[in-house]
Parts: sequence; structure tokens; C-alpha cells
Amino acid sequence: MSEHIRGYLRDRALPHIWCAGCGHGTVLGCLLRAIQKAGLDQDKTVIVSGIGCSSRATGYMNFDTLHTTHGRALAFATGIKLARPELKVIVITGDGDAAAIGGNHLIHAARRNIGITTICFNNYVYGMTSGQYSPSTPTGSLATTSPFGSIDIPFDLSRLVQAAGGAYVARATTYHVTMLTNLITEALRVDGFSFVEALSQCPTYFGRRNKRGTAVDMLNWFRDNSVNKKALSKLPPEQVEGKIIVGELYRATELKEYTKAYRELVERAKGGVRP
Amino acid sequence: MSGEVRFMQGNEACAEAAIRAGLSFFAGYPITPSTEIAESLADRLPRVGGTFIQMEDEIASMAAVIGASLTGAKAMTATSGPGFSLKQENIGYAALAEVPCVVVNVQRMGPSTGLPTSPAQGDVMQARWGTHGDHPIVVLSPSSVRETYDLTIWAFNISERLRVPVILLLDEIVAHMREKIIIPEEVSIEVRPSPTTPPGEYLPYAPLPGSDIPPMAAFGDGYRYHVTGLFHSESGMPIGKGEKAEHLLRRICQKVERRRAELVRTQVENCEDAELIIFSYGATARSALRASRNLRGRGYRVGFAKTSVIWPFPAEALREIAAGAHTVLVPEMNLGQLVLEVERALLCQCQVLSYSRVDGEMITPDEIERRVLEVLS
Ligand SMILES: Cc1ncc(C[n+]2csc(CCOP(=O)(O)OP(=O)(O)O)c2C)c(N)n1
Repeated sequence: MSEHIRGYLRDRALPHIWCAGCGHGTVLGCLLRAIQKAGLDQDKTVIVSGIGCSSRATGYMNFDTLHTTHGRALAFATGIKLARPELKVIVITGDGDAAAIGGNHLIHAARRNIGITTICFNNYVYGMTSGQYSPSTPTGSLATTSPFGSIDIPFDLSRLVQAAGGAYVARATTYHVTMLTNLITEALRVDGFSFVEALSQCPTYFGRRNKRGTAVDMLNWFRDNSVNKKALSKLPPEQVEGKIIVGELYRATELKEYTKAYRELVERAKGGVRP
Repeated sequence: MSGEVRFMQGNEACAEAAIRAGLSFFAGYPITPSTEIAESLADRLPRVGGTFIQMEDEIASMAAVIGASLTGAKAMTATSGPGFSLKQENIGYAALAEVPCVVVNVQRMGPSTGLPTSPAQGDVMQARWGTHGDHPIVVLSPSSVRETYDLTIWAFNISERLRVPVILLLDEIVAHMREKIIIPEEVSIEVRPSPTTPPGEYLPYAPLPGSDIPPMAAFGDGYRYHVTGLFHSESGMPIGKGEKAEHLLRRICQKVERRRAELVRTQVENCEDAELIIFSYGATARSALRASRNLRGRGYRVGFAKTSVIWPFPAEALREIAAGAHTVLVPEMNLGQLVLEVERALLCQCQVLSYSRVDGEMITPDEIERRVLEVLS
């Protein structure tokens, strides 16, 4: 890791709390590299998280950082971005944080197209509370709260965000480190709501209970079970069926970013212009 | 008295005063009987360059307010019972992370959806203890439109100075009542303490020597600090159980406790020689005042007192006010909430009686007079 990126970490806050083999550190590494590649100003970047293993990342990052309440990171971030639109605002969240308790905030942040980049560390499970099923847990999986296998149908978070009105949606896994870094970099450059779903391995709670092997086995599984969006059209349907689609999934054009729309409203209001 | 004369509603006065106090950010979700505050601010804030947003719910509104406050903005939200319940977790966050914010709760009849358009004073205890864990909070409750204006400004001042959430506890009567008010020409406006140290030396949760309140940097000003709802050290980083955790909790609670004396705001009339005092707050204090005057006029030794600060409860002040009385009667639109504090304050000093009304109607001067006469006979 370059010296520059080391400066993005708070040495005094380390070591981190993540288990051996956890993918969250990999996602954090990708985010830090992306911050450098996108050339963000360290003093003008605010990072907000909810509650969960993933959300502990903010404590390790040498920026203005806000570790909020479970599920609410996007709502706190909305206040920051609206009150000070010149700041770059990044949200770190987990699959439970973003899709269960925080699902409504995710939908509405995307709908408003507010200039926030959200990185969802999706490890298919509630890590922090030791392995209950989440809204992204694959049907049939074992979790402490689904001892007979989960019967729930998982959310496709990326499709959800696209449907709700987000400007940029991408997905990669902790196997695809370069791709993930590049996708986050792109997301940071978008003027609007951008969402990167980073699939991350949880060997401790998801892997072990579902016989997915070691962290390395889980990474290899990501490799063997993903297909790049760009390659989709060239592959026969049977090779795509059930696979994780990675890459840039969606990019909107000509969507106005929310705080810009608000500034225009202020100008109209000051000028006494009403529709 | 000079100053602009206006005819306005309590909710409008709250919105106007908030802007006067420096409000630049409002996030809310519509709910009767608080909605006019959001509606006024949706119109007023953009015209003064501030920000208004209608969020997806009350939890999000409270969160957005805290986020905005962390960037240095004076921020507020307004709601009523059901929404106030939803805000509680994040109110606790603001208390622990010491983020200034003002939360207006226009009380309506509860629990649950209750009687949505009827007045009540049933959230006295929730305003104090609604969020989990011990925590500091200040709660103010006005009785008139003008007092709503004054207390709104004071709420911001207290919140900024002490870095504590302040709850403005209105009731449907005060919120919807229209009165003539004279807008004060001068008001004093306070801002939060800000750091004088350079970023490298800034400890976000270390009070300056001789103070118990840490200076607060704004996000985006280069201080690069961490804010969390976990117990934290002076550097802002999470800590576990033990002495430091206890120290933090005691410090944030004592910020308010220590200032009990300066947080007293009472109105007292005819109490020196009174054998019975009617003690009230909010809209009910209006009926209490009328009843006490009527009874005085008929020769009864009845006094009136009200408090504008519900929490911290002005126990000391009340003991002095009621020093000569044998009875204190506490009318309130609930089944007896603030009366519990009055009992605690006046334990062994005199008899304390509750007068409740919970049918969704306001308490009238008549019924208070009848109750007083029963007690005196
Ligand atoms: C209001 C509330 N409900 C429940 C919890 C308990 N809780 C903490 S983290 C968590 C789940 C986190 O899972 P996820 O978002 O998937 O993140 P991960 O830990 O897997 O990274 C839960 C349920 C809480 N802190 N607050």
C-alpha cells in the first residue's frame, strides 16, 4: 500500500476488529485506492457508516467520519450533503444495514439522486451479530436464525437502486480487486447517487455454516460464479444462469443531482419565482 | 414595547423564531398537529438561503438534522407523538455524540395514532426518557404564541452552548392558537463553542480547561475527526467498559445537571400568601392562571405558578414558591405525569394533587376552580 494511501488510515485506530479471512478489509483497500485515483480532497470528504462489521470501517479512515445508527447512514449523509454540497460524501454500509433496516433510506436516496457514493459490503449475512440471515442471504442458506434453511427470496440490491432512480450502479467481488477499485473510482466521479455493491466473504459466519470452505475457497467461488456484464451477450444462457453479474451495471444520463436542483430552487425562491 | 406586531399561530411563531435564531437546516415528515412548522419553513428557508427537506420518515429526518448540524448548521425537526417515538434512537445518538439540535414535538392524544387532532400533554415523560440509557436532555414547554417564539430561540441557544438536544414540547392548543404577538427587536443568539487548536491537536471530546463542554469542529473544516454513537475517548475513538466510559456518561449528563439554576424559567402570581397553588405548564397554564385570578377575586388565597422548563425540573424553585402553601394542584392533559416530579420536589412539604383530563378536550378554568373549591372546603 502506498505511503499516500497509508495517510488515509488512522494508525491509532488499528488493528481493525475484522476476523481473519474477512473480505471487508479488501473492500476498504479498494475504496482507499479509488479515493486516491479519483483525486478526492481528504479534508473535503466525509465518510458515513451505519452499524455492522462493515460500518466499523469509518473509524479506521483518516477523514471526517461518522459512525451512525443501524441502517440510517444514508439519512445522516443526506443531511451532510444538503447542508454542505461542496463536500464529497461516501456511505459505507452492510447488506443488513442497507437493505433491511435501512432499505427505505436507500430507495429514497437513490430516488432523489443525491450526490452520495454508497459502497455496500454485501457478505450475505449479519456479521456483527454473529450470523443471522439478511435480506441478501441466498434462499436455502443456513444462518443462526434459519437453522432449517432460509426461505426468504434475497434482494438484488443493484437492481433495486437502479429501479429507484440511482445514477450509477456497479457490482464486483473481493476476488475482483482491480475491477472493484475501478468501479468505485467511477462511482466517485458520478454527479448523482452512485452505488457499488461489493460482494465480500464472511468465512466465520456465512462460510463455515454453509460449508463454503476457507476464505480462499470463497474467493475462488466468487471467481467461478461471476460473469462480467460486458461478456454477457457473448455467452449462452446456461453459462449465465445463476451467476453473479459484475462490472458497471447501469449509468444514467442527464439526471439532475439533488443538491444542484435544490440550489436552483433557492435561486428561484430568492427571486420570488413561483410556478 | 416596540417591535413588529404580528398575528400568528404557535407553529408559525416557532418557524419564524427558528430562522431568527439562525436555523439553516430543517428536515421533517408531515404529521398533525406539527405540519405548519414544516410548511412555513418550506416557504421561508429557501428564501433566506437555508435548506428544507421532507424526508422519507421521522427517523431519517432526525438523522439528517444531526448530519447537517455536524457541518456547522443550526438544525431542527418538528413532529408529533408517533413521529416523536420514531426519532428517539437518533435523539439518543445526538445526546451521546453531543450534536446540537432542536426537536419540536407538538403533543397530540396518544398512545399510538390516538386522537390525532386533539391536544394532550402526554409526552412529558417520553421527552425526558424516550431514548434508551441515561442521557442529558433539555425540554421546554410554552403557553402562548409569544412564549413559543422566545422559547424556540432559547432552545437553539441552549442546544448550541451545551451541545445537547433540546426538545420543544408544544401542545396542539398552543401550536394552533392564533394570537397577536410583538416580535422582540433584539434577541441574543448563541453559537456552539468552536476549536481554537489546529487540526493536528484537536481532541473532539476533550473539554477545554475549566469547561465541561468540548469545542466542536465542523465537518469539512480539515479536522478529520470521528463521531460515533459508541462510547468514545476524548479522541472520539470507540472504547469499552470501564472508568473512561463512566466518565463520559457522567460528563454529558452533568452538563445539564450543573446548569439547573440557570435553566429555571417560572412565572409566579399571588403565591406569597397562597394556601393553595395551581402549578402548571403549556396550554393548561393559561386556564390555571385564569382560575387562580378568578378565585383571588372572590377572596380565596390561591396562587399560580408555571414552569417553561420541564426538564431539568425546577424542584428547588418550586420548593421556594410553595414554601407557605398547604396544597399544590397540578392540572395537566394526561393521567398525571409532571405531578410525579412535583411530588418528589415537595415531599413532606405539602399536599400535592393531580388534576387530569384525557378526553381530548382542554382543561377549562371552570373545572380547575371547582376542583380548588372542593379542596379548600
Ligand atoms: C436498531 C438496531 N437494531 C439491531 C441492531 C443489532 N445489529 C447490529 S449490526 C447488525 C447487522 C449488521 O449486518 P450487516 O449490515 O449485514 O453488516 P455486517 O456486520 O455483516 O458487515 C444488527 C442486526 C442495532 N445495532 N440497532
